[in-house]
Amino acid sequence: MLRRRLNRLLGGDERRVDSRTIYVGHRSSSPGEPIIKFCDNRIVSSKYTVWNFLPKNLFEQFRRIANFYFLIIFLVQVIVDTPTSPVTSGLPLFFVITVTAIKQGYEDWLRHKADNEVNKYPVTVLEQGERTRKDSEKIKVGDVVEVEEDETFPCDLILLQSSRDDGTCYVTTASLDGESNHKTHYTVSDTEKDLETLNATIECEQPQPDLYKFVGRMHIYKNDQEPVVRSLGPENLLLKGATLKNTQRIYGVALYTGMETKMALNYQGKSQKRSAVEKSINAFLLVYLCILVSKALVCTILKYVWQSRPGQDEPWYNEKTQRDKETNLYLKMFTDFLSFMVLFNFIIPVSMYVTVEMQKFLGSFFITWDKDFFDPEIKEGALVNTSDLNEELGQVEYVFTDKTGTLTQNNMEFIECCIDGFQYKYRDASSELDGFCVADGPVNKVQEKAGRAKEELFLRALCLCHTVQVKEPTEQGPVDGLMDQVDAGVPHPPQEQRGFIASSPDEVALVKGAMRYGFTFLGLESRNMKILNRNNDVEMYELLHVLTFDPVRRRMSVIVRSNSGDTLLFCKGADSSIFPRVRQEEVERIRMHVERNATEGYRTLCVAYKYLSAEEFAQADAGLMEARLALQNREEKLLAVYNQVETDMSLIGATAVEDRLQEEAAETMEALQGAGIKVWVLTGDKMETAKSTCYACRLFQRSTELLELTVRTLEDGGRKREERLHELLLEYHKKAVQDAPPLKGGITRTWSSETQDYGFIIDGATLSMVLNSSSESNSSRYKSLFLQICQNCTSVLCCRMAPLQKAQIVKMVKNSKGNPITLSIGDGANDVSMILEAHVGIGIKGKEGRQAVRNSDYAIPKLKHLKKLLLAHGHLYYVRIAHLVQYFFYKNLCFILPQFLYQFFCGYSQQPLYDAAYLTMYNICFTSMPILAYSLLEQHICIEVLLDNAALYREIAKNGMLRWRPFLYWTLLGVFHGLLFFFGVRYLFSNPALQDNGQVFGNWSYGTIVFTILVFTVTLKLALDTRHWTWINHFVIWGSLLFYVFFSFFWGGIIWPFLKQQRLYFVFANMLSSVSAWLVIILLILLSLLPEILLVVFRKPRGPNSRQPVESNAGGHQSPRSTAQPLLMKTFSDESNTVI
Amino acid sequence: MMASSYNAKDEDGHITVTGPGGGAVLRSKKPENTAFKQQRLPAWQPILTAGTVLPAFFIIGLLFIPIGIGLFVTSNNIKEFEIDYTGADTSSPCFNCSQNFSWNSTSPCTCTVPFYLEQPYESNVYVYYGLSNFYQNHRRYVKSRDDSQLNGNLKSLREPSKECEPYAYHNNKPIAPCGAIANSMFNDTLELFYNDPNGTSVKILLGTTGIAWWTDKHVKFGNPGGVDSNLSAVFQGTTKPLNWRRPVYELDSDQSNNGFVNEDFIVWMRTAALPTFRKLYRIIGKSSQMVPTLPRGNYTLEVVYNYPVRSFEGRKRMILSTISWMGGKNPFLGIAYITVGSVCFFLGVVLLVIHHKCGNRNNGAEISN
Repeated sequence: MLRRRLNRLLGGDERRVDSRTIYVGHRSSSPGEPIIKFCDNRIVSSKYTVWNFLPKNLFEQFRRIANFYFLIIFLVQVIVDTPTSPVTSGLPLFFVITVTAIKQGYEDWLRHKADNEVNKYPVTVLEQGERTRKDSEKIKVGDVVEVEEDETFPCDLILLQSSRDDGTCYVTTASLDGESNHKTHYTVSDTEKDLETLNATIECEQPQPDLYKFVGRMHIYKNDQEPVVRSLGPENLLLKGATLKNTQRIYGVALYTGMETKMALNYQGKSQKRSAVEKSINAFLLVYLCILVSKALVCTILKYVWQSRPGQDEPWYNEKTQRDKETNLYLKMFTDFLSFMVLFNFIIPVSMYVTVEMQKFLGSFFITWDKDFFDPEIKEGALVNTSDLNEELGQVEYVFTDKTGTLTQNNMEFIECCIDGFQYKYRDASSELDGFCVADGPVNKVQEKAGRAKEELFLRALCLCHTVQVKEPTEQGPVDGLMDQVDAGVPHPPQEQRGFIASSPDEVALVKGAMRYGFTFLGLESRNMKILNRNNDVEMYELLHVLTFDPVRRRMSVIVRSNSGDTLLFCKGADSSIFPRVRQEEVERIRMHVERNATEGYRTLCVAYKYLSAEEFAQADAGLMEARLALQNREEKLLAVYNQVETDMSLIGATAVEDRLQEEAAETMEALQGAGIKVWVLTGDKMETAKSTCYACRLFQRSTELLELTVRTLEDGGRKREERLHELLLEYHKKAVQDAPPLKGGITRTWSSETQDYGFIIDGATLSMVLNSSSESNSSRYKSLFLQICQNCTSVLCCRMAPLQKAQIVKMVKNSKGNPITLSIGDGANDVSMILEAHVGIGIKGKEGRQAVRNSDYAIPKLKHLKKLLLAHGHLYYVRIAHLVQYFFYKNLCFILPQFLYQFFCGYSQQPLYDAAYLTMYNICFTSMPILAYSLLEQHICIEVLLDNAALYREIAKNGMLRWRPFLYWTLLGVFHGLLFFFGVRYLFSNPALQDNGQVFGNWSYGTIVFTILVFTVTLKLALDTRHWTWINHFVIWGSLLFYVFFSFFWGGIIWPFLKQQRLYFVFANMLSSVSAWLVIILLILLSLLPEILLVVFRKPRGPNSRQPVESNAGGHQSPRSTAQPLLMKTFSDESNTVI
Repeated sequence: MMASSYNAKDEDGHITVTGPGGGAVLRSKKPENTAFKQQRLPAWQPILTAGTVLPAFFIIGLLFIPIGIGLFVTSNNIKEFEIDYTGADTSSPCFNCSQNFSWNSTSPCTCTVPFYLEQPYESNVYVYYGLSNFYQNHRRYVKSRDDSQLNGNLKSLREPSKECEPYAYHNNKPIAPCGAIANSMFNDTLELFYNDPNGTSVKILLGTTGIAWWTDKHVKFGNPGGVDSNLSAVFQGTTKPLNWRRPVYELDSDQSNNGFVNEDFIVWMRTAALPTFRKLYRIIGKSSQMVPTLPRGNYTLEVVYNYPVRSFEGRKRMILSTISWMGGKNPFLGIAYITVGSVCFFLGVVLLVIHHKCGNRNNGAEISN
């Protein structure tokens, strides 16, 4: 069903865009036709030019709401007569804008440089039979371009001619999708002649970004003959950015150029992911904005109330200027309001954004630096693609993991095969013997249980039905990803250096498996497959068609013609896709093996074959050719032909390939579950295999009751699927949701053994039934039922998933009630959709290319690293940033509150309490470094303890530190401190004669005393919160305080020539000469911190000493099974635990 | 035989598998194993528990209570006498002056206020004038000054800053000193007479120096043209502030206390923090060990009433005060210290009790574990 939707979507796409016609070498067959101009081959990835950089960059920057707000404040300060000079807010803003502009400018300069490098690259173009050198940017659509070995293609080309005899060329697309294996591309047949006389047009679709999709058609005109039409597919298209390998030289015609190449179309950056913390910040910001506006409003209103009293507005000693008197009352009210806004605007500081950005940027280095993430095998550590999501790692509630390559190693090994119902095992002599298994013989002397003919047919099938390439031993250069050495034990010395290249590791495993039994694939030579058989004879098969594998069909076939002239179709694929297509009487013998292998966690493939009669072949051939030429709905048509050909086959046997579990996969999964994270396995693999992997990873326990919702269970009742689905959903819902004990407190979900654990299994077909139910009302109902069931299960297994379905599930969970934070982890191209969809996408630097890594937010070498990434790094980052945010709001509240209160004592005249220097420096210098150091270094619980006690992760679940309660606490603390500072000093100043010589202090002394208390209190408050004092913390905290003292001395020690008023001249020094000032400073600092200290003492103690209860709880769950076990879970053979 | 060869192959396989890093290997190196990068910097991890905080509470309590008592006693020992001479009540001796006030009157209005000191003032006595409901901290007022002019800058003397508006120019002449603060300088003259029991009235000598910050008088404020210049010549071409009776160069006969460095002027220019404030006016120096500076008895305050405050419902006070090491009389600090100290001590006791009980429980739990 999904498939149909997909096709409809794509079909729609194709119909919408017109096709384009290209004249190869600009030789138009009908000269009258206007030549359509296509864009040139210039790549422009840069955003700015020298001329538009300033306006464009400024515009971009001020589009951010925060920057815009600060700009407005600044403009108000410039225009309106405000209490503080524009410098106080202009300087920080200018700093932020400049730094950002420099950074973006530098990045753009790099892009310019890279663009130039590409655009000015010399290429050879054939023009009127002559080879001319040109800059790459001058290539036009229709040019015939020559590319030599190891050069990258300058634009998207259709391969016309290759220097290789067989009309192929090899390319690597490492820079496009990261896959470093060689891919074979084919010339268009019938064009391997003189290119100068070639007269052809190409009709193809308009540019589209999908790298793996291309449809086109080539008309070749030969001397007034009927034009020959050839189909063009992705195998004919050489993509810009790919590199030519193993081929001396090719010629191709430029098809898409410049910004229309697939690479450029794919260049568009990923959509920006925003973290939940940022949403919290914005919410808090709104609150503070309200506080700000209400403060300004209150002050404005009170000002006019106060002024209405006689004698207050303009006493004789303080007359207004002429201009003031003439201003309109309402305008004055408005400017007064703006002035108050400006006076209090420090409550929302620019510096918070800078600090948060810095914290994220610098903090992410700790992930890349972590040596625990370093994998000696691939010699790489973790990779951070975005630093915006660090804290999100500490908030994950759902983990969606791929199975193959993620939970398992994707290191395929041929384990056994079954031919005609007899089992053949290839094992070490030491390995245990299965009761069922026949004794192992020497490898190259397979026991002839199934009859020699059957055996050889099976092995030939293995040797022929694949898309593996043989790596030539002569070849130099880097060793490629999927190369594997041929077993030395096989007595074929010449092939020892030979490796196989394939897009899927199980194909290599199968070919190698066949080799163990004596059939060696030698390679493909001009469409002939060569096989070395047991008798060391070379057999040749002509490869007629490859019916390629795709995840929907889940099978692939080849059509070959043997020397004897027989046309054979070999097909291999998943059991579910093969069994319906073979004769049923053969199925039963094999099915038992397949299912047994599957429960053991092996990947099973069934192999079938069929003789094609001449007519059958002719029909298939024609069908295939026709479908391949189709410009529209090509895939659908091909699929139809495939389905038609792959019928009535006979089953020969089945293979079992083992895919080992990743290191520490089980421990990791267990830790995640212990952390309260729900793990969902989304795999394209079959249910049995996936289920056994789940058992092996301990996602399902022995006690877990499995709720199965698959095609099998749906068909059990013998009724309509829809009805059955409805019934089952209700039943499971009752079981898992309604009868389950209510959750305690949301976070502390009981996971003790008393409550029944549920596991849920669903497959792709059923999922699409749930999601796209026939009636709209049912659909939403099913969806919510399904979600509720899933959310009450400890783990969920979704098997037989198409890549898009994976994303659909992630999206569904993401948008469910409470908007849980999701994380997707995967290693292959099929996981990209879910990696992009989830809040946090993690790529594993696995074997299936680099696409997942490229699209991920974080990339780690192994699954086991996920544990530390979430439990340690994520937890710490979250705590750090949450504290950072709360602290910033707090420190600015108690900074501005005294200034607000002062308005009540100065006639609401917007007189600032603090000097302008203090106003500006407070957030930039005096209090910024300690919190930055804290937010980079704090480990309130040390990493080892975090790793050992997964349950600690739950303490911060659901944005625990940034919810309204803690926010209220911090706000109240800020209010308390602000009140204390102001009124403490206010009472001291009831007699301003504070010096021992009777001299008095003025308003600037007042402000300086309050400010000194403020700086010390907020810094010491942070010191109290710091649980991890490194020398950096010491340095920064005490250094900031010292700096404040020195700065104040310095600032007050000189008559500054550029200042209009020497307000602070010797104010600080005089303050320090007063004993009373000292006493009040000490008193107020202590009094402010007292409740904090008390709270720390009274709060449930947290620290290594007090973790006993948690530890025993978590430990009880972990210790008995904490050692890794091999993947063998026969004891849990599923049936006993499933409901049905 | 098979097994061993197979294992060897396996290892081979692994070696080749290490290849795919390919180009990346060259770039990415193994992360450095430094304490900083691995977040393993040696760190002090303080844990605040009842046990660690308890002593602190007791220490704070034990320190603060004596300090508070000391402060309270000191504050109480400071003698302070305050008299309101605004003349708001009809019974007040200055009522007439305050009623008939006019800026243009040439003859100053004088009033005498008698008062009685119940205690002798032993050491130096400081005379303050206090104003209430006078917003010296109003923004328009605070900024209405030109510090560069006050510093003696000749250019600023001729062209006062815009901030001084509307007190910058008068009749096209620059005002020196300009601005609202200077214009509204307190200009009541206060004189004290001791009424000897034998009937004579002794004028008390009021010291005019040492009332302003030293740095203000010597650095921040300065007369234009240096110390020894002829002030009336320097201020030629400027005009006195509107409300002043005398130009700035006639504030005092003493050259070192005249012009911008007049201490009364400097004190006034330091704007007060709150609308009710006091400023140091004069110092009565201690004359000899034997006689108290101000003996017990009857005094008369003679006021030359120049400064109107009734229009904004202000008040004027004259304050006599002795001074201690903590400054003037202010019981707030003493009380605050005693309170905080007591609270800390009390909390310490409470915590001790709690800690004692909890500690036992914790120990029990640990033993049972």
